Amino acid sequence: MYRETFARNYKCIFSTFTRVSHIYPCAKSFGRISALTPIRIREYASGNTKEEEVMARMESMRAKAHLGGGMNRIITQHKKGKLTARERIDLLLDPGSFHEYDTFVEHQCTDFGMEKNKIIGDGVVTGHGTINGRRIFVFSQDFTAFGGSLSKMHAQKICKIMDKAVLVGAPVVGLNDSGGARIQEGVDSLAGYADIFQKNVLSSGVVPQISLIMGPCAGKIHCLLKFSKLTTAYPGYDEIKLHFVGGAVYSPALTDFTFMVRDTSYLFVTGPDVVKAVTNEDVTQEELGGAKAHTVKSGVAHNAFENDIEALQRIRDFMDFLPLSNRDQAPIRHTDDPITREDSSLNHIIPIDSTKAYDVRDVIMRLVDDTNFFEIMPDYAKNIVIGFARMGGQTVSIVGNQPLVSSGVLDINSSVKGSRFVRFCDAFNIPIITLVDVPGFLPGTAQEHNGIIRHGAKLLYAYAEATVPKITIILRKAYGGAYDVMSSKHLRGDINYAWPTGEIAVMGAKGAVEIIFRHVEDRTQAEKEYIDKVCNYFFANPIPAAQRGFLDDVILPSTSRKKIIEDLAVLKRKSLPLIYKKHDNMPL
Amino acid sequence: MNILTARVRAVGTWFSTNSVIINQKNFAFYRPSIVHTTRYFHSSFKTYYANIQGPPQATFDKILIANRGEIAVRVIRTAKKMGIKTVAIYSDADARSLHVEMADEAVHVGPSPSNQSYLNIPNILHAIKSTGAQAVHPGYGFLSENSHFVKSLNEAGIAFIGPGESAMADLGDKIRSKIIAKQSGVNTIPGFDGVVRDTQSIGYPIMLKASAGGGGKEVVDGFKIASQESLSSFGDNRLLIERYVDNPRHIEIQVLADKFGNVLYFPERECSIQRRNQKVIEEAPSTFLDPATRKAMGEQAASLAKHVGYVSAGTVEFLVDPQRNFYFLEMNTRLQVEHPITEYITGFDLVEQMIRIAADQKLPVTQEDIKFHGWAFESRVYAEDSEKYLPSIGRLSKYIEPQSSTDKHEVRCDSGIVEGSEISIYYDPLICKLSTYGETRDEAISIMLKALDSYVIKGVTHNIPLLREVISSQRFRSGKISTKFLAEEYPGGFKGHALKDESLHELISVSAFVHAKRDLRNWSWIGEKETSNKNAPSKWDLWITINKNKDIEPINVKVEKKSMNEEEFEILIPNYPKTIISAKWPLESPLINACLRIDNQESKTLITQYVDPLPIGFRLQYAGTKFDITVHTQRQHELSQYMIEKPKQDLSKVILSPMPGSVVSVAVKVGDVIAEGTEVAVVEAMKMQNILRASRVSKVKKVNVKPGDAVAAEQHFWGPVANWGLPLAAIADAKKDPDIISPKMTT
Repeated sequence: MYRETFARNYKCIFSTFTRVSHIYPCAKSFGRISALTPIRIREYASGNTKEEEVMARMESMRAKAHLGGGMNRIITQHKKGKLTARERIDLLLDPGSFHEYDTFVEHQCTDFGMEKNKIIGDGVVTGHGTINGRRIFVFSQDFTAFGGSLSKMHAQKICKIMDKAVLVGAPVVGLNDSGGARIQEGVDSLAGYADIFQKNVLSSGVVPQISLIMGPCAGKIHCLLKFSKLTTAYPGYDEIKLHFVGGAVYSPALTDFTFMVRDTSYLFVTGPDVVKAVTNEDVTQEELGGAKAHTVKSGVAHNAFENDIEALQRIRDFMDFLPLSNRDQAPIRHTDDPITREDSSLNHIIPIDSTKAYDVRDVIMRLVDDTNFFEIMPDYAKNIVIGFARMGGQTVSIVGNQPLVSSGVLDINSSVKGSRFVRFCDAFNIPIITLVDVPGFLPGTAQEHNGIIRHGAKLLYAYAEATVPKITIILRKAYGGAYDVMSSKHLRGDINYAWPTGEIAVMGAKGAVEIIFRHVEDRTQAEKEYIDKVCNYFFANPIPAAQRGFLDDVILPSTSRKKIIEDLAVLKRKSLPLIYKKHDNMPL
Repeated sequence: MNILTARVRAVGTWFSTNSVIINQKNFAFYRPSIVHTTRYFHSSFKTYYANIQGPPQATFDKILIANRGEIAVRVIRTAKKMGIKTVAIYSDADARSLHVEMADEAVHVGPSPSNQSYLNIPNILHAIKSTGAQAVHPGYGFLSENSHFVKSLNEAGIAFIGPGESAMADLGDKIRSKIIAKQSGVNTIPGFDGVVRDTQSIGYPIMLKASAGGGGKEVVDGFKIASQESLSSFGDNRLLIERYVDNPRHIEIQVLADKFGNVLYFPERECSIQRRNQKVIEEAPSTFLDPATRKAMGEQAASLAKHVGYVSAGTVEFLVDPQRNFYFLEMNTRLQVEHPITEYITGFDLVEQMIRIAADQKLPVTQEDIKFHGWAFESRVYAEDSEKYLPSIGRLSKYIEPQSSTDKHEVRCDSGIVEGSEISIYYDPLICKLSTYGETRDEAISIMLKALDSYVIKGVTHNIPLLREVISSQRFRSGKISTKFLAEEYPGGFKGHALKDESLHELISVSAFVHAKRDLRNWSWIGEKETSNKNAPSKWDLWITINKNKDIEPINVKVEKKSMNEEEFEILIPNYPKTIISAKWPLESPLINACLRIDNQESKTLITQYVDPLPIGFRLQYAGTKFDITVHTQRQHELSQYMIEKPKQDLSKVILSPMPGSVVSVAVKVGDVIAEGTEVAVVEAMKMQNILRASRVSKVKKVNVKPGDAVAAEQHFWGPVANWGLPLAAIADAKKDPDIISPKMTT
């Protein structure tokens, strides 16, 4: 008798599984566990046990949760060229690796008739999975459910995985597609944002946090406008419109890297309508906060990708560079690129004429493994190039002045770009390789009045503070204060090299002559002599710096890769004690 | 034994007479480690001639090579072999080029344009004097056929490694050379012997030629045009008219003459594969000649050389009609570009013989000793697109020459560049002369195909796709070629390899293999605690798309790892038999040497190139042509239907300044047709000059700036001001966009 019922019970559960499997393949795990656990039998009128009833209900809820805001909204989402929250997770993580949390969470709002309007999951899918075998926590906002708007419970789900991520030391990837705060929840929603902000800040420097903006990520008004059509009664939003600013965008801004999808994602504090109302400025969403605005002009986003599929694939590639947390070393991946590879074309890469430009990325590609360089912010402040690469399989970060753009001069934007990157790498144990070819800081009122002193100091601060292995190669120019800033020996640079083309000086030879001989009436002769004898000896080469020990060596360019990899091995166990402080006070 | 000792002693004397090096390059520091094996001669022939040539005598202590690029490198190699010191000359653009690195000394002779450097006779004479060179090898082009140069060398008592002044002058003139040829019993094309004043008295079709040089103009009513062109190009408006030979082959005879009246002729070279009257592929011998014709042509060539008292190496070019009638075309009084193939099949080092002749030595062999063996091809690898033959310039970011795989030295690369070299606008866009040798024509062809497949060139557009297509074509293999080959086979220009059943299957298989290898690499973490490399996939269900938006639909491919060492994969493509692919491919390296076993049949080797990774997928070069391969996983493929194809913003239609600065010069004007890489404008910022170049072949519609204008960086052109839409503006104008505040650059 018992055996028979057990068998039936088993069959039932199995059939439950088969019934929903076409909607929800993950039910497999459930089927497996229950098969091992004998269930006490209490038959109901339906002929099922209680456990069967519960599980069946859960499964049907799960199936509903998978549809988010429903088929119609999914179709609308697809029509926009956007994928749903779950489809995105499918592409981000290794197949079958996703473990979901809080599938059944619903909002608890009872105002404005919201109690009758519930969507299982409440507009966000959270959980963890792996990317190429490494653990990642992820949340993916579901635009089909209440426009992905953020409610108290929605925020709580996100906070939960952020806590878990810090607990186990794994990165958090957020796939943002949200209209903003859920107006109906009022202050609860604001509190939810604040909770996330707080978690962002607390996890900053503990685990990498990556935001991928895959739809709108806006202040609240945008969402309000949509919902005013959706939920009938909310009069007088016109007044509120002017008071509600700020919001969702600050969470991505607090994370380490923000990526966007071209033409479908927007980031702004307030949408075009509010802009029109407040400043009477006509602007489209794309112009105001599209991928181009943020990757080229504002520097808010670190890169943009063509569409959802490409973006998620590139994020997978990107995550491969990062350590899982600040407890881990920079990851090492197998490479077939020989660590002793010499590249003789590097010997010729610097033009003979020192006023001629070259692309520092050519140098980078030749130094790193497999010419694989993941550039960060490639379209913003192009006079500095930053990004991740691998050397001998290990992740390194590269910072290089770009002579191709404004001679590689340091200005406000490039300093800010460089400093934030250096600080990230320092926080996560990624060695920093600096390639220097810098003529100085950019002069002029535009720069001075906008605070080049303050912003330039950020880069100086970041380099000085960093305790990860720091390897520097002076490719050509290293003039003035910019020499000091760019990971010089004086800022605890571990290994400082120069190529024979290196020039380290307070300024270029010509400028120096103009100052030194400013009182001499006929300067031509004196200048000529000075340039011939002194400058060519003293300025146009790295020897004086090497004589003072500011350079550890002057190396043949072709050997650079080999030397860097050797040095990385030496510096692997570098340990620099930190002085206790509550926190530093870097110039912001 | 005696011979051997004599030779050793001779070598010893050459070294003991080293002259003092005056102008030793101070860039010895930068000398790259170039390992160039001497791979010139088919080994069996080398021994053969070494025996009959007898002990070598000393020639010169030091020679100057008045040329650049591959031919300078070629001459330097032979000079080194002979123990002669070499002097290179170079222009600004060539300061770090290979011929400068290889020579013992190098002298700068002027700025980059060749009329100020390599054609600058006073500077070159100065270089000869200052280095104490005893002889000058002119290579080809530049001063090689300039009798004034020869004259000034003679006056200075310097030997010219080439023909005498008068023979050069006589044969350099197309009209005079025909008269001389006729006098010496050479078949000439029936036509008008002499200068023509009008076209009334001759029938059509006819060929008009500038008397002073250049190719022919096949025109019917082009007398005036050709006359004017000739005047502007050669400073001489005399024209030559001759009957037009239909469907001809271009076959030429190499001759070698010493100063003692001995003349040798060599087996022919066929140079019929031409584009715009420029040779592209040459072979020796020709499939078309029978021994009798070969002998007749050779004897006529030798008699012409004798008649004018020709000295050194020269080439007599003939047109051969389908009935094997041959007609004298012209005589080139220099070493030909395509000389390597003659060297391959005869075992002669022509440059060495030229040097010996210039040093008053007798030819070491007689006509009876000239034998040939095997077959050789030469492909001229140019930096140009295959469709319109427009030159491409740039830096060679990756450059790997094919190697011989046996000790027969069956692959020979004559090039003057290395990885990192720049192909500049100033000179010929020739990258390399790739020659191959085989016992039979088929063998030489298959070696050539393999060499072309494994030739890695990145950074410039090149014509390997075309070369490979021609050489693998059935018509070329059958030898039924003529000078019209390219025009007939690719009437609208060559568009790239067309994938057919078998080639599609091969390309998809290699793509699947590459994806699988890369994916496995992504899982190969070292020393990670928590990670589970063991979960790495061993099966893939992929959707591969070739060249997005083209006719080929995505193809479903199932891949399975077969062996533990990740070298062997099983590939299953619908409608194709099961394929096992095993390949040696160091990850992300350019060459994939794959071995395909289809349905347990005999395996096939396949060389494919991995060009670049793409955001999703990669670019492969297969059969010479590049293909963009998109690889989607099953799930990506399912979801890709929702992705919206975006209209591409065609930025190649406008040229934007990459940085704020001022315009130094604008090199184009409205209406100009410009090639890819043509300089459009120079922008200066921070005392740094940037050359802006056209990113594709185009016609200038509008130029928005003039020298001295200030321009803003490209990012400022984004926004409501629709500057993106500017139709090929040289550079968009800052003044038209009032929002732009150009940062002041005042250092």
